Formats: sequence, C-alpha cells, structure tokens
Amino acid sequence: MAGMAIGPIRRSFAPWNDPASKPFIEFRNVTRSFGDFTAVDDLSLKIYEREFFALLGPSGCGKTTLMRMLAGFDAPTRGDVLLDGQNLAGIPPYKRPTNMMFQSYALFPHMTVWDNIAFGLKQDGMPKADIAKRVEEMLHLVKLETFAKRKPHQLSGGQRQRVALARSIAKKPKVLLLDEPLGALDKKLREETQFELTDLQVNLGMTFLIVTHDQEEAMTVADRIAVMDRGKIIQVATPAEIYEQPNSRYVADFIGDINILEGRIAAGADGVARLECVAAGATVETRQSLDGRPGDQAWFAIRPEKVRISREPPENPGVNAVSGEVWDIGYLGDVSIYHVRLASGATIKATITNTTRLVERPISWEDKVWMTWSVDGGIVLTK
Amino acid sequence: MAANVTSVTARASRLRWLVIAVPLAWMLIFFLIPFFNVLKISFSTRARAMPPYKPVLTMVDGIAGLFDKLQQFTTANYLMLVADSKYWLSYVSSVQIALFSTVLIVLVAYPIAYGMARAPRQWRTTLVMLVILPFWTSFLIRVYAWIGILSDEGLLNQLLMQLGLIDQPLRILTTNWAVYIGIVYSYLPFMILPLYATLEKLDETLLEAAEDLGCPPMKAFWAITFPLSLPGLIAGCFLVFIPITGEFVIPDLLGGSGTLMIGKTLWYEFFNNRNWPLASAVAVVLLLLLVVPIVIFQNQQQKQAEKSR
Repeated sequence: MAGMAIGPIRRSFAPWNDPASKPFIEFRNVTRSFGDFTAVDDLSLKIYEREFFALLGPSGCGKTTLMRMLAGFDAPTRGDVLLDGQNLAGIPPYKRPTNMMFQSYALFPHMTVWDNIAFGLKQDGMPKADIAKRVEEMLHLVKLETFAKRKPHQLSGGQRQRVALARSIAKKPKVLLLDEPLGALDKKLREETQFELTDLQVNLGMTFLIVTHDQEEAMTVADRIAVMDRGKIIQVATPAEIYEQPNSRYVADFIGDINILEGRIAAGADGVARLECVAAGATVETRQSLDGRPGDQAWFAIRPEKVRISREPPENPGVNAVSGEVWDIGYLGDVSIYHVRLASGATIKATITNTTRLVERPISWEDKVWMTWSVDGGIVLTK
Repeated sequence: MAANVTSVTARASRLRWLVIAVPLAWMLIFFLIPFFNVLKISFSTRARAMPPYKPVLTMVDGIAGLFDKLQQFTTANYLMLVADSKYWLSYVSSVQIALFSTVLIVLVAYPIAYGMARAPRQWRTTLVMLVILPFWTSFLIRVYAWIGILSDEGLLNQLLMQLGLIDQPLRILTTNWAVYIGIVYSYLPFMILPLYATLEKLDETLLEAAEDLGCPPMKAFWAITFPLSLPGLIAGCFLVFIPITGEFVIPDLLGGSGTLMIGKTLWYEFFNNRNWPLASAVAVVLLLLLVVPIVIFQNQQQKQAEKSR
C-alpha cells in the first residue's frame, strides 16, 4: 500500500474506448427475478481487465445481486455472465476465480488472523511453506504483522477490514469483489482506505469490482462507474463524466448536489442549446447539441459550485442569470452554501469558497442577489 | 445531599441482598439441609426401628449424650460400596450407559437442530414448539407408552411382522436397547435446544465466505459450522449426561434385571432393603461423581458468557 506514482498509469488507462480490447467480465442480457420482483432487468455490461469498476445505486437497485451472480451465490434467470471468455453458468462459487470481501467482513470468529488469511490457500492444497510465505506477505501488505495470532473479536473495526481485505486477495483472484467494503468505518479511516485501495489495485494489477451506495466512495476509487436504478444501468462512465456530463436527471441528482430547472427547448444558434425556464424566470444557454426539438420539455442542471453570486446585476441579465433573495446560508467551514429564493418560489443553491477568515460575509441573509453562470457551467438534460 | 446519596446506595445494597437471599434460602432449605441429612445417615448404621437407622440425634441427650452418639458413626457403608462389586459395577455401568446414550443423542439431535436452524424463518418457532411439546405430557406416562411400543406384542413388533421383515417378535423390552431408546427419546430436547440456539445464531455469510475461498459446502460444515456449534454441543452433552447417569425411571420400566444402573440400585436399597444408610452412601458418592462434570460445565458456561460479552 506504499505510495507509488500511479498517475501515469491511471492517465493512459481507458480500454473501454478501444474497440479492439476484449472485455474481461461481461454480463449479457442478464435478468434476475425473485418471484414478481425483478432485481436485475435485461442488463448488459462490459468490464475490462485491471479496471476498478464501481456499481453505484440506492439499496434495492440490483447492484448486489449483480455482484453475487459473478461470485456464484446467485444465478441469472436469463442471460449469461462471462469471465475471461468463460461462461460461468453452473460453476459453483468455490470453483470460481473470484474472491469477495464481504460487507460484514465475514471473518471466521474461531480462527486467528493468520488462519483466516490462510484459509483460502489451504483449500487449494498449497504447500505449507508457501502458505506461510504468502500469509506473511499479506500481513505485511495490510500492516498487521503483529496481530497474526489475534482472533477477530480482539481487533478494531479498521483492523478487521484489513484482515478481510488480506484474506480476499491472498489467492490472487482474477477479480476481487468488494461489497460495500468501507461502510462500517468512520469517515476519516474510510477516506484513507479509499486511496489505499486504489494504490493496491494498481500495484496488484487485479480487476476490482466494488458495490457501493456512497457516491463519494465510487468517485474516489473507480476508473468507471455504473449508476444503477431498479435493475437497469442508467449510465456507465468515468467519475468526471458522470459528474460533469450526467445523461439524465436521475444520475445528475444521485451524484453530488445539483440545481435543476425545468423548461422548454427554444431555437438557438448552431452548437448552442437554448432553454426557456419560464417558472424560474430565466433563459439558459449551454454549449451542447441537443437531440430534442423546440418546444420539448427539458431540464437545466447546474452544480452549486458553478453558480456565481453577486449583489451587482450582470452585464447581460437576459441569459444565464436569475435574481432572488438570500434565504439561508449554510456555513461548512471550507465553503458556504447560499440558498437563494427566486420570485417563483424555487430555490437555487450556490457554493462559495471561503477564501478569507472574515466572519462578516459581503452577502448576507435577505440580500437581493444575482446568480450567474458561464455557458459551460451547466447542462441541458432531455430525460 | 451526601447523606441522601448514602441512603440511596444503602437501600440499593439492601435490595441486592434481598434478591440474593431468596435463592440462597431456597438452596439452604431444599438442598443443603436435606443433603447434610443424607450425609449424616450415610455414616449411620442400619436399625430395625423408625427411622431405620441409628444413632438418631436428639436434643434431650445433652452434650455428653451427643458425644456418645457421635462415636457410633461409621464409614462401613462406604467400605461396602468398594467391597461389594455390585455397587461399583453399577456406577461404571451407569457412566457407560450415560456416555453411549450421549453419543447416540448427539447423532440424532444434530441433524434435527441443523435442519431447524436452516428451516424458513417463519417455521422455526413452530419447530421449537414441536420439540418442547412432549413436556406437556407426564414423563412417566411417556415412558410407559414405550412399553406398549416395544413389548413382544407391541406396535413395533406388529408392524415389523406385518411387513414380513421378521417371523418371531424381537425381544427389545427388558434389554439395554429399550433403555437406550427410552433415554434417547426422553433427553433429545435437552440436546436439540442448545444446539439449535447456537446453530441459529450462526452467520450464514461465513459459509458463503468459506465457499468463496474455495471450500466446498461439505468441507465448510466441518471447518466452520461444526466448530462454531461446539458451545451448544458441549452444553447439550452435559445437560443430558448428568441426569442420565442418575436415571431411575427408564431402566426400571424399560430395562430388565440385567440393566445395571445406579439409580435402580439406590431405589432398591431404599425401598426394598430399607437400608437407608447404605442407600445414602450410594447417593452421596453419585453426587460426588457428578460434581466433576457439573463444575466443568459451569466453567465452560462462564467462559462462553465472558467471550460473548
């Protein structure tokens, strides 16, 4: 887990853009139904070798079922799951080249840390000396050398998490499955571990598949994220794309904080999307080409940190600007979030970085303010 | 204020004493005093009188009389237990039967408890109820019922003969087999319940984790399920072994004259021979014999309780 320069590797890694690269994990039209309930609905997905892939969605969206089908604890009702070109149908979990780190860690309570890590290796009939060497390696990797003889109940939550991680990578699986791996840790430890996980993944050269409902976690660790809802994938893209170019209101709203204004498409210049948001009293222009026709319903989405707030009216108040009254200010230390109430009653949020230590802000409650944004600030969504 | 606090803690400690005093008094009146009485009788000599032993300590003797009577106490009854092989063979035979029965009960109870713990959640309460259900009928009646099943003209023999499996009725009643059947049947719930309690608590993701790490389900049972069910198994073994060793009703009703068990010997000495002193000695030795497993059991339970804290 030692800090290594992984930037260059990361920067050039994008097999999903290369039509020649073969997928490592493939879900082909997979459906999984439990009685009337469809957990996974005709879903197809390709994940590439050495990728750190995140399945993100609210609970019940089917992300865990998808992972369990890869591990072998669940089987598709229809469709195929392939790993490294091999169809996994009918192969029991104990014969699959995947290992899983469980949400509850599932450490064997009657075994020491050492025996927990050695468990999988023993199943393979590895020679004793090799097992010892490998376990020592793993203990070193997760910095638990001095805890080898402890039982799980004698460890802290963070240490247990490390044992679970060591146990799941000890067999060098083709794919490591992580089921909400950091959910039980406190915030600080979680953030630390997120970065360690990405380093580890690059150093080991394994394919990681993580299931999480925490968008921040997915953004930090993953090369690509699949945002899921009700058994379907809504968008698959890199964290930056998901954040800056969400393909729908669902994705925009699920990831981070965002303002959404409803409006109708108006005829605009070439390469410029124009939206009349009558309710909010604003005309919006963005640099993008739309597939909608004039008059169609659409939504303008903009992140709070991309909204500028000022007491002076802008040069061009007709486009990409709205006026309102400061309704509430949320002070978070590093930033303050301004809630501005428009004439229509809608609220728009703007985040301002607190660059000075001044307690008195130039803009305060009940001030009349203008909010503006650049033509590249927001995005028009048609669904 | 300070005085107030003191009075509150004083009252709390008084209350605590009251709570402890009730079971202590219970143990004193219903266990300790009778036990010392039995212990005293075990050192007495048989007498054709009422009560059928001497010396009988009374208040009217005075100090000198008491001292005189204390001289009459003897260890002859204990020496008899060693000298006459009938007695120590009874002990050995009782422990043997108890050990073998415990093994049989484990073999029958484990699959049942396992099946109950893996049954759909909504069935489990019903299954536990079914295990407890026999307790609603008198133990004695249930053992008597087995006579009707196991005797030469009993239900079992009738069934086997109807099926053509045997020509002559099998002699089961009055053999040790009948005793084993009766014991396994009677003590099964005491093994099933603690086993079920530990198996039901077992986190099923542990088995998934084992399987995920390359362990087939059968192997995972021995590597994960079985070791984690040991506390329940051990508790169950003590719960059945201790009372079976002193069991009287089952060998008396189902066993024959060949079935040697210490409970039967004890009963015989008390009621047939009216040899209270010897019977008391038998009872005291039986208690001492069982104190060892009881202490081990208590220790084990304590350790388990501390671990789960």
